[in-house]
Amino acid sequence: MYNKLIFDYNTPNRVGYDLPTHFAKFDNSKLLAKYGRKQTMILPSASELEVVRHYTNLSLKNFGVETGLYPLGSCTMKYNPKVDEAIASLKGFTNLHPLVSVNECQGSLEVLYELSQKLEKITGMSGFTFEPCAGAHGELTGLMIIKQYHLARKDKKRTKIIIPDSAHGTNPASSNVCGFEVISIASNPDGRINLSSLKSVLNDEVAGIMLTNPNTLGMFEKDILKITKLVHEAGGLCYYDGANLNALLGRVKPTAMGFDVLHLNLHKTFGTPHGGGGPGSGPVGCIAKLVKYLPNPVIIQKGDHYEFSNSKTSIGHVSGYYGNFLVCVKALAFIDSLGETNIAKVSDNAVLNANYIKEALKQDYKLAINEPCKHEVVFGGVINENGVTTLDVAKRLLDYGYHAPTIYFPLIVNEAMMIEPTESESKETLDEFIAVLKLIAKEARENPDLVKGAPHTTIVKRIDEVRAARIPLLTYRELINYHE
Amino acid sequence: MHKYLPQTESDIQNMLKSIGVKDIKALFKDVPESIYLTKEIKIGKPLSEDELFKHFEVLANKNKTNICLLGGGVYDHYVPSVIPALVARQEFLTSYTPYQPEISQGTLQYIFEYQSFISELTGLEVSNASLYDGATATAEAMLLACGATRKDKIAISSALNPRLIDVIKTYASKRNIKVIEIELIKGRTSLKAFNKINDGSLAGVIIQTPNYFGLLEDATPFSAAIKENKGLSIVAVNPLSLGLFKSPLEMGIDVAVGDGQSLGIPMGFGGPYIGFMATNKTYMRKLPGRIVGSSLDSEGKRAFVLTLQAREQHIRREKATSNICSNESLMALWVTIYLACLGNKGLVDIGNLNLENAHYAYKKIISLPHFKKVYDADFFNEFVVETDLSLKTIDRVLLKNGYTSGIHVGPHQIMFAITERRSQAEIDHLVELLGGIKHV
Repeated sequence: MYNKLIFDYNTPNRVGYDLPTHFAKFDNSKLLAKYGRKQTMILPSASELEVVRHYTNLSLKNFGVETGLYPLGSCTMKYNPKVDEAIASLKGFTNLHPLVSVNECQGSLEVLYELSQKLEKITGMSGFTFEPCAGAHGELTGLMIIKQYHLARKDKKRTKIIIPDSAHGTNPASSNVCGFEVISIASNPDGRINLSSLKSVLNDEVAGIMLTNPNTLGMFEKDILKITKLVHEAGGLCYYDGANLNALLGRVKPTAMGFDVLHLNLHKTFGTPHGGGGPGSGPVGCIAKLVKYLPNPVIIQKGDHYEFSNSKTSIGHVSGYYGNFLVCVKALAFIDSLGETNIAKVSDNAVLNANYIKEALKQDYKLAINEPCKHEVVFGGVINENGVTTLDVAKRLLDYGYHAPTIYFPLIVNEAMMIEPTESESKETLDEFIAVLKLIAKEARENPDLVKGAPHTTIVKRIDEVRAARIPLLTYRELINYHE
Repeated sequence: MHKYLPQTESDIQNMLKSIGVKDIKALFKDVPESIYLTKEIKIGKPLSEDELFKHFEVLANKNKTNICLLGGGVYDHYVPSVIPALVARQEFLTSYTPYQPEISQGTLQYIFEYQSFISELTGLEVSNASLYDGATATAEAMLLACGATRKDKIAISSALNPRLIDVIKTYASKRNIKVIEIELIKGRTSLKAFNKINDGSLAGVIIQTPNYFGLLEDATPFSAAIKENKGLSIVAVNPLSLGLFKSPLEMGIDVAVGDGQSLGIPMGFGGPYIGFMATNKTYMRKLPGRIVGSSLDSEGKRAFVLTLQAREQHIRREKATSNICSNESLMALWVTIYLACLGNKGLVDIGNLNLENAHYAYKKIISLPHFKKVYDADFFNEFVVETDLSLKTIDRVLLKNGYTSGIHVGPHQIMFAITERRSQAEIDHLVELLGGIKHV
């Protein structure tokens, strides 16, 4: 097995770059005497092929959506179209400085304007910003808008955000970064909001509520209209965490559910790649009365020309320029490829696929909620587990060539295993996956040690996470200087 | 039918039968009828791949990509072809955050290598796995300083990039953190002005080098002064300059941040880029975001894994050090491959090339009749000049001749960035154009 670090390539005077010939003479000695670096660095010296081969070999130690089924719940690991990558690599998009004049970036502005228009139609919102670089960044931006809204109305008491205990961890974390106090409310066993616990915490100190719908158990909040009405009556705003929009795309508009602000994860619902954990994009949309608080500038159309428009009441910038622009290009290409005739089929088929898995596996795995689910289904471990945990099942799946589902989330289900197949997968792929999960359940009953010892076929086996935290070796220098 | 949607009508019927419902709508029975859409949302007809590509080619061509003289935090640098080729490998591109380390060693190892590179460049002991961009990384450093010192006031140099200042202020205002801007003397942060406010109430001080006006700053006296009052020193630094200039460690800095765009990432109309953050072991557990560590697997083999997760949102929820979840992992790979190609020699070489080209252009421009210098010449690859000509005219003339003009930093001041990509012919032509402009 390939086992080198890039720092193992250190032949002096071997290079992996070239640069234009120096043409100007400049004596840097005075400058370096004042500002020059003396500290040495350990950096590799490798030829271009050595670099290419090293990273190619690293890539072979990874699993991607194109390797096999990646049913990671809440992450929407759908197919990332190749043409979208080709489009986002066009020089006209990649070679453009963000501070060029309006006349030099009409194409980029049109992309952002078009994407905003289409997302407004899909969500019902009245305006979007693309500055947030990821979902959690969108949450923070949305919460800032909520805060600004209350402050602008001199309603200074509203310092609390209500979040159900089934929520994604980013919700309470974003609230804290935004300077809100988090009121966590216990969910019903199905993860749905308990209306009486909601009522008990609603008062004039509540700035708003953060919800994802369907919730993290894949269940639609049946009482959503009542919930948003109650929060509005108490003077709060309703934030929609768009992480689970793939269940409702083209079928339910967040504004129709009563939401005022939302973020979308372009890297989930709109087919842009996750890149091993980013770059994502978390555009934030809001209803008409909140548009004036969006980060500046928003893009407006005048005839066939696009311009920037700034609001004096904006929350300010949340990132350097216009967010992850090239990710936005891919998302627009994804929407345009599907078009109006196919966009709702995304959620239809995602929900169909999840329910198909749910029905097929409920004899072997403990179904958390026996109701139709939306885009993902949550189980609570193997039936007759025989000492086999959800972690074991997840690791055994790796042996069979699958990525594992999300495990131990949501926190309110014991031994949670959250499966999200997405609309990208065919019936045959699902049938094979179901057969493997049934086989693992059988192995758990008949030969539990086989499952508990998994994975057996991966290039590394289970990793000592306790050791990693106890002896933090976070850089090459620390690694070579460490001796047991 | 659509190529991204594999279920055929007969698949759908068979699956519905297995589930035991008559149609897909039955799976949405818990959605109130009043909000369930049966009509199409009018977002336009589907485009075939060829139509789609042509449509976007038209859009891309509406942008005007000229010889770029803009800087201000984003620079037109050389992008080695190996980077986009390697980064496009699906194993890197389409994977998620490495939650299953046994099948994510590729991602985990490149993040480990990235952390090592950032640590080498900054001289500081630990780096996280990445943040969104330089501006948010600087704001996160402010939150780190306030959290670590339990103080709610921060001093920032007025020579920080205005984009950084904007984001710092946005984040600060929501947390009731007071931001004080330190005055400048001749384009650099005034130590005297800083000493007046450094009274023990500051969580930290943020300096940038090269600063917004392109000038190198030595943050050493600031870090020494704030240390005496138990505050943190933070520096925002252009990583490409670190082959030549003092490392944050050499300046006594506690937290180094910056944007990795200058390390071979295309300008891309503002993103994606990458924010980096490095610090010493004292503040390791206060870092926001993911961190990868080296450990062993059950057979004793070296293996990489996400670590120190007790800081993070999925474990600590509202008590987390930050809300960051997705970061800019693929851009960390981008930067890692760039630095792997360059190595020590390349980093010094490209640093010198930037320095030489920029100073070549500077000397020629300030010797033109209508131009003069504003500050001293201690800059890296960006400089401000003053002119009595109309800046609008300059922009127009340059644009007409295939250049994107520099940033207006004052009514009579313009800033040009000259990188290793600017050839002698391009610079000479620029000087000729500037020299030919007359008063209107």
